[in-house]
Amino acid sequence: MIQVRDLRCGYPGHEVIGGVSFDFLQGEFVGILGPNGSGKTTLLLALGGILPPSGGEVAVLGTPLNRLRPKELARRIAALCQNSDIRFPFPCVEVVHMGRYPHQKRWQMESRHDAAVVFRCMAITETQDLAERLITALSGGEQQRVLMAKALAQETPILLLDEATSAMDVHRKLQIFRVLEKLNRDDGLTVVTVLHDVNVAALFCRRIIFLKEGKVVADGPTEGVLTEENLETVYQTPVLIHKPGAVGRKQVVFLPPP
Amino acid sequence: MNGTTCFQPNIHGRSSLRFRLACYSAFIVLIITTAFVTSGIGQFHIPYKTVLHLWFSPFEETGGLGVDERIRYIVLHVRLARVCLAVAVGGALALAGAVYQGILRNPLADPFTLGVSTGAAFGASAAIILGIGGIHLLSLSALPAAAFAGAMLALYLVYLLGRIDGRLHTTTLVLAGIIVSTFLSSLISLLKSLNEDSVSTIVFWIMGSLSGRSWVHVLLILPYVAAGSLTILYFARELDILSLGDIQAQQMGVDVQRVRFWMLFTASLITAAAVAVSGVIGFVGLVVPHLVRLLIGPRHSTLLPAVFLAGGLLVLIADTIARSLLASGEELPVGVVTAILGGPFFCYLLLHRRKYLQL
Repeated sequence: MIQVRDLRCGYPGHEVIGGVSFDFLQGEFVGILGPNGSGKTTLLLALGGILPPSGGEVAVLGTPLNRLRPKELARRIAALCQNSDIRFPFPCVEVVHMGRYPHQKRWQMESRHDAAVVFRCMAITETQDLAERLITALSGGEQQRVLMAKALAQETPILLLDEATSAMDVHRKLQIFRVLEKLNRDDGLTVVTVLHDVNVAALFCRRIIFLKEGKVVADGPTEGVLTEENLETVYQTPVLIHKPGAVGRKQVVFLPPP
Repeated sequence: MNGTTCFQPNIHGRSSLRFRLACYSAFIVLIITTAFVTSGIGQFHIPYKTVLHLWFSPFEETGGLGVDERIRYIVLHVRLARVCLAVAVGGALALAGAVYQGILRNPLADPFTLGVSTGAAFGASAAIILGIGGIHLLSLSALPAAAFAGAMLALYLVYLLGRIDGRLHTTTLVLAGIIVSTFLSSLISLLKSLNEDSVSTIVFWIMGSLSGRSWVHVLLILPYVAAGSLTILYFARELDILSLGDIQAQQMGVDVQRVRFWMLFTASLITAAAVAVSGVIGFVGLVVPHLVRLLIGPRHSTLLPAVFLAGGLLVLIADTIARSLLASGEELPVGVVTAILGGPFFCYLLLHRRKYLQL
């Protein structure tokens, strides 16, 4: 799905990602974890074609990023970034409709298919109640749900998320991740998400990449890489890993330094 | 896909087609009414029956109808031309304002606050002094080009000043606009004074006026305004998506750089065309988009035509007031009237900026 070869990128005079390589395969659910400033967001911007790499190559579905036109790319990758700053008071349903943009020709009216996709995406994110509300009047968590619906309405095979659930309460966050899990399992949606919450990652991601100072520290199946050793290297905090029977997945407790 | 079965179009919440058409029609009716009213007002008071008669049979020989040829000239060549020019200028300025606000994600942006209008006025007046913009049609057509050069220059200066710390801030940009605008205004005054021009031509460029304009001027700017407006409408959907932010828009497949370039280019072009014939008329581009957005929502494909009509209406009304307010028959610059109408509104927006401007 996405091939990354020796990717280097960053901002003028400051390289953030210093040569990383990996492949994302179809149907993977990948978590990208790491401390602040480890380059998670930068990496995601580079994968989404926003930040041109200073070295190396990124290919999406076999085509190098720089050879994809913006609309083509937006039909392959939908991305949601951390902060949204929406200027005009659009009703939420119109925001979700904007997600159909890469599929529409210029003078085309929206088709029944577009409307059906929008309806379905709002239904699965449970945002129908917000449809008529103005996006500027919503709380941060509600906005994130609407934007998630918008990203899903792009109907892409790949979804890149950068802390896209950070403002949601626990209930909503788990609910959205369950939706993503279902899409991942049933429709083969490839999900790559940057997360701060290690435990959410442990619950939903089947593969985790640990980043530190722009390098990959560990990359592999969640069960395998979620070790005390790796976590202590990355976060420099003592941890305790346990596996509650009711959950069936590893969970992490960060311990206060002695 | 079971969403399809229970799909209800009325979850769309977009202002319905009927409402939009009602708004457009209301604006058009108001424009025509104001045009009719204004045609009777002036130094020559003309009975409305005559105005109506002339409007409906403009090419008929007037001798037999008992209508003075002079009256006919005033109604059709002076006042009607002025009405059309007011609508075109106002529409262009308001449309440019809506585009600047959308493209720069800045609620305070408009041709005036960004310095573009004054830049255009500077370009045009410099061209006149250098003698390339005489009164003949051929040389007159160089005026919009000179105005456009001035407009782009001003926009570039504002952009340089506005991004001093590397980022384009809402307020810094407008501050830079005001600085450039003030500076260029004084340059215009200086140029004109050195050229021993009358105070009235200086006032014309700085405060705006539609006095003494004719069909020639209408024809002069019509191609620019028409082509510019269509180009802007062509990008309506991209303007919507840009309000989610640059990165989001790019992630949704909008070629942000290209759209921004073309929109800044086009908005400045129609501003320049308007300023070349009317001087600097402030506040129209700032006030009108906000008002119309409150009325019919922010979606640009619906918003932009309404903004054009409303801008045209506002300048038409302002021009009517400007030329009929003083008992002496002297005309006020139309920019004075728009500023008097727009200033309090600007204050209101600032006071309620949380609600309307998201500042």
